[in-house]
Amino acid sequence: MLEVKDLHVTVEGSEILKGLNLTIGAGEVHALMGPNGAGKSTLSAVIAGKDGYEVTSGSITFEGRDVLEMEIEERAQAGLLLGFQYPVEIPGVKNIYLLKAALNAQRAARGEDEIPAPEFMKLVKEKVGFMKMDASFLQRAVNEGFSGGEKKRNEILQMLVLQPKLAMLDEIDSGLDIDAMKVVADGVNSLRGEDKGILLVTHYQRLLDYIVPDHVHVLVDGRIVKSGDADLARELESRGYDWVVEDSAA
Amino acid sequence: MSDEQRFLDRLAERNAQRGDEPTWIAARRQAGAARFEALGFPHRRIEEWKYTNVRDIARGDFALATDADFSPATAAALTLPLDAYRLTFVDGVFAPALSDLGSLPEGVQVMPLSRALEENHEAVGGPLGRLTGVDFSSFAALNTAFMEEGAVVRLAPRTVVDKPIVLQFLSRAGQQEVMSHPRILVEAGGRSEATLIEHHVGDAEAANFTNLVEEIILERGAILSHYKLQEAPLKDRHIASIHVEQARDSRYVSFNLNLGGGLVRNDLVSDLNGEGAEAIYNGLFYGQGRQHVDNHTLVNHNAPRTFSRENYKGILDDRAHGVFNGKVIVKRDSQQIEADQSNANLLLSDRAEIDTKPELEIYADDVKCAHGATTGQLDEEAVFALRTRGIDEQTARGLLTLAFAGEVMDRVDLDAVSERVELTVAGKLPERFNLAGLVETASAFNEG
Repeated sequence: MLEVKDLHVTVEGSEILKGLNLTIGAGEVHALMGPNGAGKSTLSAVIAGKDGYEVTSGSITFEGRDVLEMEIEERAQAGLLLGFQYPVEIPGVKNIYLLKAALNAQRAARGEDEIPAPEFMKLVKEKVGFMKMDASFLQRAVNEGFSGGEKKRNEILQMLVLQPKLAMLDEIDSGLDIDAMKVVADGVNSLRGEDKGILLVTHYQRLLDYIVPDHVHVLVDGRIVKSGDADLARELESRGYDWVVEDSAA
Repeated sequence: MSDEQRFLDRLAERNAQRGDEPTWIAARRQAGAARFEALGFPHRRIEEWKYTNVRDIARGDFALATDADFSPATAAALTLPLDAYRLTFVDGVFAPALSDLGSLPEGVQVMPLSRALEENHEAVGGPLGRLTGVDFSSFAALNTAFMEEGAVVRLAPRTVVDKPIVLQFLSRAGQQEVMSHPRILVEAGGRSEATLIEHHVGDAEAANFTNLVEEIILERGAILSHYKLQEAPLKDRHIASIHVEQARDSRYVSFNLNLGGGLVRNDLVSDLNGEGAEAIYNGLFYGQGRQHVDNHTLVNHNAPRTFSRENYKGILDDRAHGVFNGKVIVKRDSQQIEADQSNANLLLSDRAEIDTKPELEIYADDVKCAHGATTGQLDEEAVFALRTRGIDEQTARGLLTLAFAGEVMDRVDLDAVSERVELTVAGKLPERFNLAGLVETASAFNEG
C-alpha cells in the first residue's frame, strides 16, 4: 500500500534521507530502527507533510496515489496517519471536537454523511475505555497539561477512532512506563488487520516485545542498510547498532 | 437644535411627569444635566474617545420606555439557563413578571432601584454617585440626569450568596428607538461573597441605547465575581461605566464578555484602596460586520501590596473595530505592587481594525508591572497538527479561533455562561470555518 522509492530529503540544506526504499504491504507491521540522527523521524514527517522538508528526488505513493501531491489533510483522509513523538498541545481545542471534526472529514472524503451524534458518542466512549482513559479527557483541551504518557495514549485514541489504513507511529514508546506501554501496545495491536499497515519508528527494541513486527529495517545515515524479521530487532538489542553501521560502511 | 438639547428636552418632558422626589435626587439630576450640557457628547479630539465615534448615539432621537411588556416565551429563550436570583428589566423598566427572587438568604438584598428608593432613599443617596460622579464622563452625567431604575444589591458582612444574582437587561424591537439609563449599586460587606451576572440581550431587530452606570463597593475581604455578558442586538448602542472600590483583601474578578452591540464602550475602573486588594480582569470581545467595541480599563493601585491581572482577548472580523486601552496607575509610595496586563487579538479580515494601548503610570519603585499586546496569527504548529488528522485547513483555523476565545472562558466556573459564549462565538465565526454542528457535541456528550 505504501511505496517509498529512492527518497532524498534535505532539511535546511543538509541531506537527511539519501535514497530510502521501503514498501509496506497490507496486513504488515514494519519497524524502522536505527541510531539517533539516522533520519528515522524524517520519513514519517515527510509522509505526513510537515513543513521544512524538501524532497529533492524520489517518490512516495500510497495506494497508487502520489502522496507528495496531496494536501496534508488529504493524506490523513486517505488513511495515512502519523502519531507524533511530541504531540502538540492545542490549548482551547477540546479533544471531542478534534475527534469529531477529524472523523467527519474522513467520512466526507469517502462521500459518507456525518456520523450521527449517538453513534459518535458510543464509538468514542468505547475507545476511551479501551485506552483506559477517563471520559473527562474528551472535554479537556488537546494534550494541554497532559503528562508524556497521556499524550501518547491520546495519539493512539485518535488512531482508534480514525482507523487509519496505515498508521505511522514515531517513537510512540518514548516516555512511557511499563503499564502505559502495555496500554499503548494493546491499542496499536488492535489497529492491525488484513487491510492495514503499521510503521513503527523506534530506537529501542522494548516496544517490539509488545508489538511484534513482520519486518524490521535498520536506517543508517539516510538509507535502509539492513532488513529482517523480528529476530533482527532482538539482535540489535543485544549487539547494539555499531555492527550494522560498520557492515554498511564496509 | 443641538444634539445635546434634544436629550435635555426629553429629560424636561420626563421630569414634568415625575411626582415629588427627594431633594437630593432632584439636585443630582440637575447637576447631571448641567454637566452633560457643559461637556456635550464626547468627540474624537478627546484622548479617551479618540477611536470611538458616538455620533450614532448623539444624532439619535430616543424615547423612554414606559412599560416592560415582553413575550415570556422570547424572554425564556434569551435567559441563561441557570438557577439564580434574577431581576429583569425591559428597556430599563423593571419587569416583575420576568424576575424571580425566590427567597433571598438572610443578609442579602437584591431589588430594583425604584424600590430601594421607596423603602429608604437616604440609604441609597449616600453611596450612589460617590464613585461615578457626573464628572466621570458626559455619559455618566447623562445617566445621573435620567436615573430612575436599576438594581441595588447589598450583602451583609460574611454573607455568602448561594446562587448567582442575575441582572437581565432586555432590549426590545419597537416603533421607536428608546434609551435607558440603568444604575446599579452593589455594596458587599466585609468577607461577603457573591457572583453577579449582568446579562444584556434582546430582540435581534432592536436598536436602542443603554447607558449604564455601575458602582461596586467591596468592603474588607469581600469577594465578587462579576460577569458582564453583553450580547445585545447588533444595532444596540451600549455604554457602561463601572467603578469598583476595593478595601483591604477584597477580590474582584471581572469577566467582561462582549459579543453584541453595534456601538459598545465599557469603562471599567478599580480603586485598590487597601493592602491585599486584588482585581482580576478577564475580557473577551468579538466584533463582526461594522461592530465597534471599545474597552477602557483603569486600575488605581492606591495602596501597597495590591495586585491586578488583566487579560483581554479580541476577535474581529469583517469591518469591525476593536479598541483596548488598559491603564494602570501606581500611586506614590504604593510599594510591592504587582500588575500584569495583556491583550491579544485576532483579525479575521483585512478590513477589521484593532487599536490597543497599554498605559502604565508608576510613581513607586518597588513594583512589578508587565504588559503586552499582540495582534496575531494562529499557532501554525497547531494548524498542522489538526490537519494531520484530516481536518481541513479552514476548519483547523476555525477550531483554533474558537479556542482563542475559549482560553478566557476556561477560567469561568459557570457552565451556562461558558457554553453560551462558546456557542455564540462558534455561531458567529465565518462559515468558511465549518464549525456548525461541531460545538453542540460537547454539551450533548455531557448529557448523553
